[in-house]
Parts: sequence; C-alpha cells; structure tokens
Amino acid sequence: MNIVKAENLTYEYIRRDEDGNVEGITTAVDDVSLRVKQGDFVAILGHNGSGKSTLAKHINAILSPTEGTVWVDGKDTRDEEEIWNIRQTAGMVFQNPDNQIIGQVVEEDVGFGPENIGVPTEEIWERVTESLRAVGMYQFRKYSPNKLSGGQKQRVSIAGVLAMHPKCIILDEPTAMLDPNGRKEVIRAVRGLNQVEGVTVILITHYMEEIIHADKVFVMDRGKIAMEGTPREIFSQVEKLKALRLDVPQVTLLAYNLQKKGVPLPDGILTTEEFVKALGL
Amino acid sequence: MLRDITLGQYYQTESVIHRLDPRVKLGGTLVFIISLFLFKNFWGFAVAAVFLGIVIGLSKVPFKFMVRGMKSILFLLLITVGFNLFLTQGTPIFTVWKLSVTWEGLRLALTMAVRLSLLIIGSSVMTLTTTPNNLTDGMERMLRPLKVFKVPVHEVAMMMSIALRFIPILLEETDKIMKAQIARGADFESGNLIRRAKALVPLLVPLFISAFRRANDLAMAMEARCYRGGEGRTKMKPLIYQKRDYLAYVCLAGYLAVSIGVGRLLPLGAVFYTF
Amino acid sequence: MSIIIDHVNYIYGEGTPLATKALNDICLTIPDGQFIGIIGHTGSGKSTLMQHLNGLAKATTGHIYFNGEDIYDSDYDMKKLRSKVGLVFQYPEHQLFEIDVFTDVCFGPKNLGLDRREVELRAYEALEKVGFPKELFYQSPFELSGGQKRRAAIAGVLAMEPEVLILDEPTAGLDPKGRDEILHQIKKLQKESGMTILLVSHSMEDVAEYVDRIIVMNKGSVMFDDTPREVFHHYKELEEVGLSAPQVTYIMHALREKGLNVDTDVTTIAEAAKEILKYYS
Repeated sequence: MNIVKAENLTYEYIRRDEDGNVEGITTAVDDVSLRVKQGDFVAILGHNGSGKSTLAKHINAILSPTEGTVWVDGKDTRDEEEIWNIRQTAGMVFQNPDNQIIGQVVEEDVGFGPENIGVPTEEIWERVTESLRAVGMYQFRKYSPNKLSGGQKQRVSIAGVLAMHPKCIILDEPTAMLDPNGRKEVIRAVRGLNQVEGVTVILITHYMEEIIHADKVFVMDRGKIAMEGTPREIFSQVEKLKALRLDVPQVTLLAYNLQKKGVPLPDGILTTEEFVKALGL
Repeated sequence: MLRDITLGQYYQTESVIHRLDPRVKLGGTLVFIISLFLFKNFWGFAVAAVFLGIVIGLSKVPFKFMVRGMKSILFLLLITVGFNLFLTQGTPIFTVWKLSVTWEGLRLALTMAVRLSLLIIGSSVMTLTTTPNNLTDGMERMLRPLKVFKVPVHEVAMMMSIALRFIPILLEETDKIMKAQIARGADFESGNLIRRAKALVPLLVPLFISAFRRANDLAMAMEARCYRGGEGRTKMKPLIYQKRDYLAYVCLAGYLAVSIGVGRLLPLGAVFYTF
Repeated sequence: MSIIIDHVNYIYGEGTPLATKALNDICLTIPDGQFIGIIGHTGSGKSTLMQHLNGLAKATTGHIYFNGEDIYDSDYDMKKLRSKVGLVFQYPEHQLFEIDVFTDVCFGPKNLGLDRREVELRAYEALEKVGFPKELFYQSPFELSGGQKRRAAIAGVLAMEPEVLILDEPTAGLDPKGRDEILHQIKKLQKESGMTILLVSHSMEDVAEYVDRIIVMNKGSVMFDDTPREVFHHYKELEEVGLSAPQVTYIMHALREKGLNVDTDVTTIAEAAKEILKYYS
C-alpha cells in the first residue's frame, strides 16, 4: 500500500521586488510523481535549491500544490477537513533543532503534539515515555533542551513527532547542522523507528553515507526527479551524481576510480566489506 | 554561560512549597503584597516577617539565594530610603547643610525599607519555587475568566512560554554576532552616544533577521505538530488542586486575618506608623 | 613572522561555581603559510582556541605572540591584531547586514580607518578572491543562495587583508559540490597569497584532502599535532575520543587484514588507488 502518492505535483511561487511588483515565477517542484510504500525507508537527495524541501512540505500539508495532487494515506492534502489528520499521519522533523523545540523541559516538548490533538492526560504520559525510550532519550526527560547536544535535540524532535503516532515521518535535512557523532545518533534513531516501530521514513539529506540503507532513493534536480532507484543503482552512476552537485561515499569513489584503471570491480559498491570481497580477498 | 541565565531563577529542590499549585503561589504572593500595604503599625510587619520566614523554611531554598536576588535592587532600596529620610517634613532630629532628618522621615524611611524588603523577598519565593512554565500555566488558568471579554489568555500564555524558551538562545546568538562583528573591526565600546547607537546596527540587523527566521521556523514546526490554538487541547500536566493546596489557602486566610488584625487594630506602641 | 602559543590556559567563568577549564596548557607554533586543520568534537576547545588567536578571548594564564610581540602587552594594538588574524565564524552569513553585498564587504576595511578608494579596492579584490560573481555585487545579501552568502561573508573578512585566516567549519550546511567549491577556493587562496590558513572541520575526509598539518583537540588539550598521515595512523585513539579517520584509511586496514600488503597510512582516495593498483594491474 502507498502511504504517500504524488501525481504531477507542481509548486510555483511568485517572486516580487521591493515594491511588490511581480518579478517572475519560480517553479520549485516541477511535475513530480512518486509513490512511497508503507513501511519503506525512502531517501530524497538533491543539492541546495533542488526543490527537495518544498516537496517534503507538501507531504505534511504545510504547502499546497499549485497543480497536481498529493495523497497521504489516501487523503488529498488540499482537503481542508483532513489537514490535521494528514499532519498527524505524516509528521515532520526540520533542520534546525533549536527552532522546533517548544517545551522548556524535554518531556513537555514531546507532549506538545499529543496535547494539540486532544489525547487524554494519562495517555500523553504513556506516549511520551514510549517515544523517548524509542529514541534513547528517556533518561533526559527532565532536562532543559538548552542543555542537550544537537544530536540529542534532534532525537527529542523525533520523539515529539513519534508521540503523535504517525504512520510516516518526514525528516528535512535533520543532520545538516550536526557534527559527525550527532549525525550518527540521529540516523541510528531513524533506522530504529523504521525497523522496530515500522514507521515509514522519508529522509531528505545530502549526506550520501546516510542513504546506504534506504529501500529507495529519489534524486532531485531543478524541481524534477532526476534519478530513482536503490542506493546501489544510484551510486553506480558516479558521474551523473557529480553533475547533480552530489558525491558518493569514499569507498564507492575509490572502487569507481580503480574500475576506470581496469580493475575488474562491479558498479555501485557501498561498503568496505563489499569492496574487500569484490577485490577477491 | 549566557545560556544559564533564566528569568525567575528557579531553584531546583523538593519541598512542599515547590509542589504547591502555581495558582496558590500566585494568589498567596498577591495577598502577601497587599497585606504589606494595609499595616498601620510595626506589629503587622512582624507578623508578615514571621509568616515569610516559615514559608522560606518550608521551601528549603537557602536564604543566601534570596538575599542574592536582593543585591541588584539594593540601590533602588537605598534611594527610596534616602528620599524619605531627607525629604519628609516634620520635627527635625538634626540638620546637615540644607537637609534635615526628621522623626517622621526616619519612621517613613524605615517602614519603606522593611516593606520593600519583604515585598521583594516575598515575590522571589514564588519565582524561586515555581518553574516558569508552571507559572505561565497558573496564570493562564487564573486569567481564564477574562476570555469572556475576548482576552486571548491562552495565546498570551503560549507567547510567554515561548519567549522564555528563546531568551537564552537569542542571548547566545547576540554574543556570537557581536564577536563576529568585532572580528571584522567593529567597535561597540568607544565613542559618544550617537556613535555607539550607530555601531549597534551591525548587531541588531542580523539579530532581528535571525529572530524572524526562528519565529518563522517555529510557527511552521508548531503547525506541523497540529497546533491550532487553545481550542480542543488537552494538558499533559493539568492543574488539579490537591489537599495541600486547600490547606495552603486556609493558612493564607489565617495569615491575612491575623496580620490585618494585628497590623491595623492593635494600638500597641507605634514605633512605626504610617498614613 | 608566526604565531606562538605559549602555555595558554583558559578557565571559563572563573570565580563562579560553574568554572571549567576550557584550554589546558596549550603550546603551539604556527609558522607562515601553512594550511592547518583543527579537529576535535564539539566542546573540545577548538573554537575557544581559535578565538584566542585574534584576541576575542583572553587566556587566563600564558602568552600568545604574534610576529614576535606579546598580544597581552598593555600597549598592544588589538584592533590591528584582529585585522591581521581574520576569523570567519560558523554560518558567517548570519552576520551580513548591509543593503548590498559590496557595502557589506566594505564594513571590515572601513573599520580599519582606510580611505574610501582603498576600502572599495579591497572589497572588490576580496570578492574576486572568493570567486563571487560580479553581477551579484549589488544584490541584497539576503537574496543570495546559501553558497553565495557564505562566499560574501568570507570576503567580508578577507577584505581586511589578514595574514592568517581562521575558518570555523566553512562548509557547514552546504551541499557536496558547494563544500568542494569553498575548500578549493580556500586552497587556491593559500597557494596564491601565501596566507596561513587554519581550518576547523568535522570532516576527516576534507581535512585529509587539503591540509599539511592536523591539530587534534580533546578536552581542552592538544592530543596530536602532525601530518595527516601520522595523525590518522592513530585512528584507534581518535575513535576513543569520538573522532575517526577518513573512510579510505579503514579500507586500507581491511585490505591489510585480508593479507594485501598495502600501506595503511594512506589518507586520500588518490593515494589509496595508487597503492591498490600496485597489486591489481
């Protein structure tokens, strides 16, 4: 079953100069059609300004398509009546951890979403506890968010979405502002959600290491889907990725360079283990 | 560290006072402050001081902590005392140059000093024992009747609690931008008033832009988490009166009766008297 | 001509109960023209150390000599030091404030009290040095793309014509191509002008690729100070403090374990490819 379905989605916005005159129209998402299967881990790649964030905001009904339709769990995102159901079904985590935490105590922040959708008090506490456990932040429940590291804050944000019991979580560059350890923490938590809790994950990023375990990858460029496939299929096309302002993990690039020099290696090597095996060792 | 500055300076510990409903503490503080202005003699203040002493004892907040809060207002206190001491007409005790200290002035100054000290310590007991969040919650509940008059009580409370969360973040940001501009040769410290005000532009413009960006992000994040105002919201930590809260109200009423009785009616030796 | 850091200690919030030792007996020499990478996880003291180099933070004890003069001498001109040691903070675009890019870049040299022609000349040159497109000179800095904003902000510091340039994670938040472009530009700058560059980075791959020397900070102390080869030789110790080596280093170790007698101190893809080709050609 498809949890997210977009059909010919186009989003345009009008640029205005200082006096409010129309300067031109920018097409941020251009005729995109995609499907996300329930329970999948999907990655959306793309350079800055490729339209990936705009696409993500449609899935959470923050933006509404100029043309085309987006369905979340079968519901049209333009349907005003369903908007809160859609936001509950498809939760969203943003880039800057400081700008999405509302509570002054970790547990209060995680409870914010359930409060908004009218969950009874006792159940809020249950949900907060289980969500914080799921991202490994339970021991920090009484902390002020200001005392946490970036990775920890992002995990709190993820717990905040999880407490609304979504079927799907969209993460819009959740690791862009984190250090390598913070990035690892967050990606580990996200993979856990997907594998243990069975939540569909849509991860938007430009760190290539983070998508190795994805079931499916979409690469965006100029508002369109430029590539689509498994991580291996995507990483097999080193030159094309570079042309799209992206790169590949070092091991993939090394294998690719050796291949060009005549070493018989298969395309799209993703891990060190694969590489060692492929060299016949 | 700038991030450690929090409004209200909550002091984390376990005590009866900490556990009280914020509405009790807000109401109690209000009653206490009003009582201070009703006394006609010294004994009223004595009762108030004893009452406050008991509350402080129960709160387990070290007295040192409260006095520290007083330090910043000491200057204000001294000015008030000084004005009252020198500028009150009456029977002079002694005269220095053109200023004379009168009996009436001395009485008034001492009364003011005692009243202000009790007032400041009294209200700091509230902020020291209540988290800012709890306090906003309490205010929201207490002001709820105003909704009839279309006062956006929930919205105001939400704004206050968001402001409290972002103050430390924006303080740190100010520090960062300031350093970055100093690294580009900016000078925030020398020159006359106009030059200094002008020098703030490179600090304020980025700060405002950042604050607006954060506000925008936050609004989006709140919407994404289904926030749509106070309507239909449940509470994770609802305010429910416990036995101890009712008991506290009774104690408060008792205090009010005794202190007013003593402070206004007893004709005992008026070392202090006012109005 | 160099910077000498002589037994510098820095205690944060001295005299308060929160006092912490942020820098612990740092001794370093930074000669002219080197490209140095500073690594260490968040809170290791690397940013604090950088702020000492241009006088934004003052050592609790110890001395710093810039070109032979003690910067803590009472008659030392701090303003001059700040123009000689340029510091580009993380997300430097957050400090842009003028109506157009060119005026913003003029801010630094103007503060040095130079005449208008000199100020504009320097601003022009600085924007050229960072590869900022001419047609955008008079655009509002707030309408630029992330990468362009970053360049404009770096130019703002370069326009003061510093002898030493410190960059705190200049590539944070940029896409892979944007990261490469900025680092290339910095390398070019260092080669052409002989400027000393200190690059604070979280990316071991970037550091290995570009710098001559790596300083590893941990808990306020210098843990390693050597060439990339030597530093990443200690990858096990780096891991213990939450850091790592570039992925290629791990690949080489994996190959070595399987019996391929490759050099394991390799730190870049080019070196690794050369090494492996010895056995597969």
